[in-house]
Amino acid sequence: MSEIKKFMFVNRKAPYGTIYALESLEVVLITAAFDQDVSLMFLDDGVYQLKKGQQTKGIETKNFSPAYRALEDYDVEKLYVEKESMDARGLTEEDLLVSVTVLSRAEMGALMDEQDVVLSY
Amino acid sequence: MLHIVNKSPLTSNTLDSCLSTATGGDILLIEDAVYAATHGNAAEAKLRAATGQFRVHVLLPDLDARGLGDRLIEGVLPVDYAGFVDLVASNKTCQSWL
Repeated sequence: MSEIKKFMFVNRKAPYGTIYALESLEVVLITAAFDQDVSLMFLDDGVYQLKKGQQTKGIETKNFSPAYRALEDYDVEKLYVEKESMDARGLTEEDLLVSVTVLSRAEMGALMDEQDVVLSY
Repeated sequence: MLHIVNKSPLTSNTLDSCLSTATGGDILLIEDAVYAATHGNAAEAKLRAATGQFRVHVLLPDLDARGLGDRLIEGVLPVDYAGFVDLVASNKTCQSWL
């Protein structure tokens, strides 16, 4: 695989309630291993995936949120979070466990248009 | 009776269906429905209003898992799994708004 493509992962689901967030994260890591240009977009309930302070002992489920902090070790550094989605959930950038770029919904749409591959979760 | 909601208020209308149908008694928020009981969520006002008409409970382990244990709206009652069982046992019937 010599040609580098732009991959975007669109994350719209809250963690734990469904399997989408974890599945997305696993495919992100696979894609990064193939040296592709990877971007992650978090919008709607997907912004909850990045909330600090997740404590999953009580629900006996693996807390996969620390893995988002490890993404930069895989050269996955383009993380975009949608502002309106954070506002509707009472979240600010300080609530997130990684540093991100905050975009408007219109900017998210434009970024989506630039991609070679879009994966929806 | 007991009404159980497990979907996020921002991705599903099940909380609205529950609140508009139920006439009183207990409501328990579990899984992604716990987001409705957090400060700053768009459903906050709706849920605050509901605490006047119902006993609204939230499953604390689900809130902690999502990193929001410190953002619970006043008037919502946190329960653990034993409290969940007590709610089911003390109500004659239970409706899950799946």
